[in-house]
Amino acid sequence: MSKRLVAFDKIGIAFDGRVLLENIDMTISEGEIVTLIGPNGSGKSTLIRTLLGLQEATSGEVVRHKTLRIGYMPQKLHIDPTLPLTVKHFLALVRGVDKQQILPTLEKLGIGHLLQSQVHVLSGGETQRVLLARALLNRPNLLVLDEPVQGVDVNGQVELYNLIEGIRNELNCGVLMVSHDLHLVMAKTDTVVCINQHVCCSGSPQHVTGHPAYQALFGVPGADESIAIYAHQHDHVHDEHGSILSDDGDAHAHCKHH
Amino acid sequence: MLDLLLRALFGGLGVAAVAGPLGAFVVWRRMAYFGDTLAHSALLGVALGFLFDINLNLAIIVLCVGLALVLVTLQKKHIIATDTLLGILAHSALSLGLVAVSFLDNIRIDLMAYLFGDLLAINQADVYWIYGGGLAVIALLVTFWKPLLAVTVNEELAKVEGYPVEAIRLLLMLLVALVIAVAMKIVGVLLITSLMIIPAATARKLSKTPIQMASFASLIGCLSVCGGLWASYRWDTPTGPSVVVCAALLFLVAYTLPFKRLR
Repeated sequence: MSKRLVAFDKIGIAFDGRVLLENIDMTISEGEIVTLIGPNGSGKSTLIRTLLGLQEATSGEVVRHKTLRIGYMPQKLHIDPTLPLTVKHFLALVRGVDKQQILPTLEKLGIGHLLQSQVHVLSGGETQRVLLARALLNRPNLLVLDEPVQGVDVNGQVELYNLIEGIRNELNCGVLMVSHDLHLVMAKTDTVVCINQHVCCSGSPQHVTGHPAYQALFGVPGADESIAIYAHQHDHVHDEHGSILSDDGDAHAHCKHH
Repeated sequence: MLDLLLRALFGGLGVAAVAGPLGAFVVWRRMAYFGDTLAHSALLGVALGFLFDINLNLAIIVLCVGLALVLVTLQKKHIIATDTLLGILAHSALSLGLVAVSFLDNIRIDLMAYLFGDLLAINQADVYWIYGGGLAVIALLVTFWKPLLAVTVNEELAKVEGYPVEAIRLLLMLLVALVIAVAMKIVGVLLITSLMIIPAATARKLSKTPIQMASFASLIGCLSVCGGLWASYRWDTPTGPSVVVCAALLFLVAYTLPFKRLR
């Protein structure tokens, strides 16, 4: 039985009276790849930030295993252009880093040649890998990846996902990945959790794609999915206890709990 | 005369050497206006120091740190845009300082010296203070270089990796306050930030790493002090502004000459 690294216990977050997340239960174990999906504004990033300790939960609790060590790969990296910084120096900033590991880590990710490059000139895909390297240098047993393939072309996405899977297999670490782009993620994922303020549904990719709640959010698989993802950004209405207001007050798509 | 000049040079170099690396942080973190606000409030520190008869340097540091804390607190509350907030605080603090100074009828203060600095007026005690404070700043910078840089590069990553982000931010403010207190005699409250920012900005053009930029900033600051002092001696110009003009000229040279741009 693999070790449970993190358990969200009924996490709720409200901000200025607006409910961002409620009643989130979710676990991540060693060696498990969990993908968190949901439309824009569904609270994915907020949930991740709670796990990282960057955001306080209003209610509920994040139970962390005492050995938990997170490697975090943020969505974007903005470094002020007035700050000259090579990839090497950027990676040397990891707390307690073993500097001998910097080059091997970069090589493992196929970007050894970028060691002396300035961080400002990296392409989107290169930046993502450098960020992944930084996450790995923190010697994590849980990788938290916030939209890891954003701004990367399709081939690059496949490569990046292969890398992530390889890392999981090598380190037997847990992986928590956020995505609003599903199709490439699905193949490698053990568990998909679909959230839109609450957990709509979770389970294996096959289970989730067949789930009515998922289909209400993202459309029926096989339809024009790349459009469907963006076309279905409606909010929910809870049947049991009234509606949750969305950003624009638009709440016409329904997602029923089962 | 030579003695006076040497002391001025010695003091000026000490200030420039410290202002450079800290200026780099101010530039990286886009704290220029923030530094300006703290510097403006230093005059109020001087007035309070005289009023309550406490060490001026201490009064300046306490006031700067206090103001920095107020600023951060107000910033978190999102009452008003940060630059507006800084503008309000900077100029009210400066005006409050000027008003407070006017209450000190029994003491004559050379206001110009505090506003624009007077390098030639520094005495032996000032030099000790500059080097004592300066060494403290450098020691703190060296000791906490990595966390300071990590927090500057990306606060969230730093926090996730376990750096004490809030404490580091506070440390940086304390350092800025220290440098302002140290540099006030040399360039005055109105020009202090320029001694931090201009050399650092010039150094950016020539650097590939943060450490290079910090060191070059020190060096360029020292060059500016030498040049400014020389000009001041030669043409009898005010020293503080001469130093700043010299720094600005170096900046112009660095950015107009076809050095290879490092980005």
